[in-house]
Amino acid sequence: MMRLPSYRYRAPKTVQDAAAWLAESPGDTMLLAGGTDLIPNMKRRQQVPSTVVGLRGITELSRTDDRDGLEIGAGVTLTSLVHDERVHARYLGLWQAVGQIATPLLRNMGTIGGNICLDTRCTYYDQSFEWRQAINFCMKKDGDTCWVATSSDKCLAVSSTDAAPALIALGATVRLVSATGTREVALTDLYANDGMHYLTRRSDEILTTVTLPKADGWRTTYWKLRRRGSFDFPVAAVAAAARFDGDRIVEARIVLGAVASRPLEVPAAAARLAGQPLTDDLIASVADDAYTLAKPMDNTDFELVWRKKTVRSLVTSALRELRGDDMRAARTKLARHPLLVIS
Amino acid sequence: MKLRLNLSVNGEPAEALVDPDKTLLEVLREDLQLTGTKHGCELGECGACAVLLDDQPVLSCLVVSHECEGRSVVTVEGLTVDGRLHPLQECFADLGASQCGYCTPGILIAAKALLDRDPNPSRDLIREALSGNLCRCTGYQQILDAVQASIVRLGEGGEQKK
Amino acid sequence: MTRPRNVIGKPRRRVDGRAKVTGQTKFADDIILPRMLHCKLLRSTVPHAKIVRIDTSKAAAVDGVSLVLTGESFPIPYGILPVSHDEHALCPDVVRFVGDPVAAVVARDEATADRAVRLIEVEYETLRTFASPADSLAYPEPRIHDYGDFGNVHKAVALQFGDVDAAIAGADHVFDDTFFFEGNTHLPIEQHATVATKDPDGKLVVYSSTQTPHYLHRALSKALAIPAAHIRVVATPNGGGFGGKSDPFNHEVVVAHAAMRLDRPVKIALTREEVFYCHRGRHPVLMRFRAGVTNDGRVTGLDLQTLLDGGAYGSYGVASTFYTGALQTVTYDIPTYRFRGCRVFTNKPPCGPKRGHGTPQSRFGQEVQLDKIAEKLVIDPADLRLNIVQPPDSLTANFLRVGTIGLADCITKVVERSGWRDKYRKLPHGRGVGLACSSYLSGAGLPINWNDLPHSGVQLKLDRSGGVTVFCGATEIGQGSDDVLVGIVAEVLGIEPFDVRAVTGDTDLTPVDLGSYSSRVTLMMGNAAIQAAERARELIAEGVSAKLDIPKSRLVFADRRVFDSEDPGKGTSFREAVCMAEAKFGTLGTTGSYTPPKSPAKFKGGGVGPSPTYSYTACVVEVDVDPETGWVTVPRVWIAHDIGCALNPVLVRGQVEGGVYMGIGEALMEEQAFRRLPAKLSHALVHKFPSILEYKSPTFLDMPEVFTDLIEHPDPAGPFGAKEVGQGPLLPIMPAVANAVYDAVGVRIDSIPVTPEKILRALEAKAAGKAPRSGPASFPEIPWPETLHVTPPWAGGDGRADNDPKRPTHRKVDAGIEAKAAGMTKEARS
Ligand SMILES: Cc1cc2nc3c(=O)[nH]c(=O)nc-3n(C[C@H](O)[C@H](O)[C@H](O)COP(=O)(O)OP(=O)(O)OC[C@H]3O[C@@H](n4cnc5c(N)ncnc54)[C@H](O)[C@@H]3O)c2cc1C
Ligand code: SF4
Ligand code: FES
Ligand code: FES
Repeated sequence: MMRLPSYRYRAPKTVQDAAAWLAESPGDTMLLAGGTDLIPNMKRRQQVPSTVVGLRGITELSRTDDRDGLEIGAGVTLTSLVHDERVHARYLGLWQAVGQIATPLLRNMGTIGGNICLDTRCTYYDQSFEWRQAINFCMKKDGDTCWVATSSDKCLAVSSTDAAPALIALGATVRLVSATGTREVALTDLYANDGMHYLTRRSDEILTTVTLPKADGWRTTYWKLRRRGSFDFPVAAVAAAARFDGDRIVEARIVLGAVASRPLEVPAAAARLAGQPLTDDLIASVADDAYTLAKPMDNTDFELVWRKKTVRSLVTSALRELRGDDMRAARTKLARHPLLVIS
Repeated sequence: MKLRLNLSVNGEPAEALVDPDKTLLEVLREDLQLTGTKHGCELGECGACAVLLDDQPVLSCLVVSHECEGRSVVTVEGLTVDGRLHPLQECFADLGASQCGYCTPGILIAAKALLDRDPNPSRDLIREALSGNLCRCTGYQQILDAVQASIVRLGEGGEQKK
Repeated sequence: MTRPRNVIGKPRRRVDGRAKVTGQTKFADDIILPRMLHCKLLRSTVPHAKIVRIDTSKAAAVDGVSLVLTGESFPIPYGILPVSHDEHALCPDVVRFVGDPVAAVVARDEATADRAVRLIEVEYETLRTFASPADSLAYPEPRIHDYGDFGNVHKAVALQFGDVDAAIAGADHVFDDTFFFEGNTHLPIEQHATVATKDPDGKLVVYSSTQTPHYLHRALSKALAIPAAHIRVVATPNGGGFGGKSDPFNHEVVVAHAAMRLDRPVKIALTREEVFYCHRGRHPVLMRFRAGVTNDGRVTGLDLQTLLDGGAYGSYGVASTFYTGALQTVTYDIPTYRFRGCRVFTNKPPCGPKRGHGTPQSRFGQEVQLDKIAEKLVIDPADLRLNIVQPPDSLTANFLRVGTIGLADCITKVVERSGWRDKYRKLPHGRGVGLACSSYLSGAGLPINWNDLPHSGVQLKLDRSGGVTVFCGATEIGQGSDDVLVGIVAEVLGIEPFDVRAVTGDTDLTPVDLGSYSSRVTLMMGNAAIQAAERARELIAEGVSAKLDIPKSRLVFADRRVFDSEDPGKGTSFREAVCMAEAKFGTLGTTGSYTPPKSPAKFKGGGVGPSPTYSYTACVVEVDVDPETGWVTVPRVWIAHDIGCALNPVLVRGQVEGGVYMGIGEALMEEQAFRRLPAKLSHALVHKFPSILEYKSPTFLDMPEVFTDLIEHPDPAGPFGAKEVGQGPLLPIMPAVANAVYDAVGVRIDSIPVTPEKILRALEAKAAGKAPRSGPASFPEIPWPETLHVTPPWAGGDGRADNDPKRPTHRKVDAGIEAKAAGMTKEARS
């Protein structure tokens, strides 16, 4: 059996207490939410914190509040979001993203906060200690070389969170709390395009809340590519959000997932869409913008050249769905099920 | 230093003195000797270790022992009530839903959680609900048939006596 | 007198069903013994190297560690085939792949063993990394093993049956196709585990998740130099096997040794990653098929070459090599045939037998080539096949004796059920159907260790309680062997399965059965069980006949009674009947055994392929392909399988659908793939993703709806006419998927798995006016050994090679017959 390394466990009841524990030794303390990312990583010795601060006991983190928009506690499980009628009704893209994360069992455990902070992934890195020893490790952990691109001076591990692209497309912000204070940042600013330092979160900060602005007039959608209908992380994904005035787009955001070390916004696409009706030609140009920007590397399932090509098709499907085309058959084929998760 | 845990397992109080680095899976199998719960990866990738934790189906290989204090756990051993098999168990046994049987405990747990929540799910919904459990033997068809048959049996009042 | 059957043929809950659904089945890792210690292996982190130094002192010093072992403790090699005893429990001097075990720690608990094993220091002197067959063919040195045919070629074989070259040259059309089948692995959900202990009187007991307790028994005896009589091997129910638990494994030998040395139980439970290193899965195979075909679609001759990437050890490899060429002739009439196969060593986990052992790869090539032939000749692929189905009770060109053949019925069934005639070449672009067939052995005709002993033995104990216990060495791996055993005994004795207790897979308690491999158990154990049960019935009948004065011939065994067929009221309960027999004969016990018939194939290599009977399968697969991306989904599969007789239809259906499942996985996504880091920077050659997440096994959501039909052409060789079902139904899925993709979008994917990348590449090639295909470009030159020439039966051959030097008198080949062989190209044979 794979076993955990030894660690010290702390169970704070409040965010303040958690922040205090974290402040003690932020370098080798990690937060534990659902554990579906951290526990496997610890078993594989990719992350070996000496102290683990469990967030489970902090009830305030698992609240969802209807304010101006929706304020979701970092500890809310993915299953609760999928079963949350408000998410389904107002933030369909987020619902589609969350409903396709991992598996139903993992969604019962995994939290939205953990998903946002999910470690970047790479097939040279998500391996046991012994396996990594056999390649003499890599830059992200215990080694020097990036085997994905041996001349690269930075790690190119892949941002694999499904929720983040959807949240960014929806204009989400997050609250970060530390022993020294609280700050609110746009979610997009939480990320950096660097496989090792993929979060701008300071190691003494706790992500407490994700806030979604009011959804008035916005339509959103999420298209995910993965080998199987379940379990698999995205290998390419797109979240698209647009505010319409009649059939004309007023404002739009396109965010790609799993093709860089961070969720990748496509500003050119947003600019191109603003003020336009969604014609087939426009969709094709936007798909091109996204295709050009996407930089998948050879460190996930599937071949990178093909993954890059699929970005066009994903963006096309997403925009067509926003336009109102009936995309159910295409979605069922891609997702391998009709996304029935709500019950 | 060992960790003292008090939990409710299959409706009965259980106390264990465990290695604190263990997961719930290890505590169940090794300390409580409830080996009905299986494991195929210990990384959340197969579903064999599913148990109900406070009525939610979760992967016991990813639950740290520290977070189990005071909680209620139901394993495959707890599906049988007063000597009677759960209708799911009856149907799985009758209809070939269990071949080698190694994935079966986890699938039964996930299926029970589904039927507890939704007594009459469609075949598509059953598929979705069980999609976190891999089975290498059956090709899933007979599992789907068994879950559907158990819905009928439950509907006919074939519930277990409590 | 035939009478209706009570058990056989009825859908029933399997005898071990209750245990499985209540979590009471004890798998190996569920065994917990008092004072049990735990073992962890240290595995090589380099692909190919000499071990220069091992320092275990730090590990030995860890509190709680009882024993640290290295290769020194295991001087005796072992292996599954007598011709390749090339494994040591721990590598003594050379490591041959990343994952090869070099040391072991036994400690108080697994966590301690895990901690300690990481403290062992090993210094390696690296050797050239052989990452592919191309490497192994190009560089004969350094040799990965110091045995084998030459250089890094483990085995090369060449067989010819009739004048293939003339037959192909004289054909109307010649098809020449190359195919590749990527390796894949079994992925049983249960990871291998073993518990070894010394029993109170000092003998070794090993509980293990093995499909072949008998071979493990032999291997332990050899590797540990302990007489087999002093070793007990108990095969625990396997949480899936599929061939992956058929070799004796390092960890089994290590814990057996440790338990004997420490006089304490020792357990080892492998991680998922280690299971990938045990492997013994599907060989990656490159193939070239050259076929001569007449205008009406008859094959005049087939010339097949295969190249297998064997990985680092022999395993079943020699057999696997022959299997890539063995079964081409049992489905279709192929009058002349040449097969050349070559297996090379590389620095990867060893390949071996996975469901279909060696045959799915070439089945894929053959069935896709037939699809191409049908296309070119404008014949419906179903009709093409129906036209050339091998006739029943025939002897193939390579001397395989086939019995009943339900293949034509299978084809007809799936054609009808799937609506094939309305779909093939008629569905809109992007949707398609594909058809393929297959056949598989119901047990290998020859044992692994050649001898005249039975392949399966059954003992029956009956006593005054009325209880019947049946003992057999067969191993329950999920396929339902316990159920078959009990069902047969219950049927013959007219009692209920619940009345019969099965004791299986225990070398101390049960007579030998060779193991759960080659789809042999139902047929061989079943026949042995019938014999044992009939002998018991005979004794009971004598007892009852004497006591109740009913002629023996009139006694019926049914409904837990023994009674007069002419006066059913007259009789007695089964329990009383057993008492009567026990009173008459003393303590009751019977045995049954089974040995397959001798094969007419007498040439070297003819030992692989013969079977008492063959199963047949046909399937139609429907696919949906997105022409933009190559994304492929499989909504439906129709499959018909000639099972001979379905002993328990619930289990048979389960095996068929399980086979379809694994076939879908292999067809679309499963790959045992490796990474070779840039040679300038590193020697590393690693399994690309030894995890159950990244090794893609279809989920509930990826599985098509399957429509299963069972065709029953009972074969007298099988128990109640039954044939195998564990492996055959997997085989046609992969080619049917590829054929369906062609029907959908007009591109040939000549390489497995059929991935969206390959489809898109082929579509792009097609759009660019290039060959609309994705697959290997060529087959390399291989220095084949001298071909063994065997004259086919229809030309008067006697099953021996004409140029066999050991042949009593060198056979003079009748020139007329050879000419006839060539001439046959134009005429249909009767
Ligand atoms: C087999 C498998 C498949 C998966 N598939 C997918 C998938 O398809 N898509 C996907 O997006 N994810 C997938 N995941 C990953 C994971 O399940 C989800 O991302 C989940 O949402 C993570 O949440 P968690 O609460 O379990 O995170 P944890 O493991 O508890 O934490 C993840 C990381 O976030 C940090 N963290 C957690 N909470 C906070 C906080 N409040 N503030 C600051 N840092 C925090 C942790 O320290 C850790 O580094 C998969 C996981 C597995 C094992
Ligand atoms: S991208 Fe490079 S550095 Fe980053 S995890 Fe992968 S191999 Fe390591
Ligand atoms: S053991 Fe595989 S998911 Fe827990
Ligand atoms: S029955 Fe064997 S894995 Fe499901």
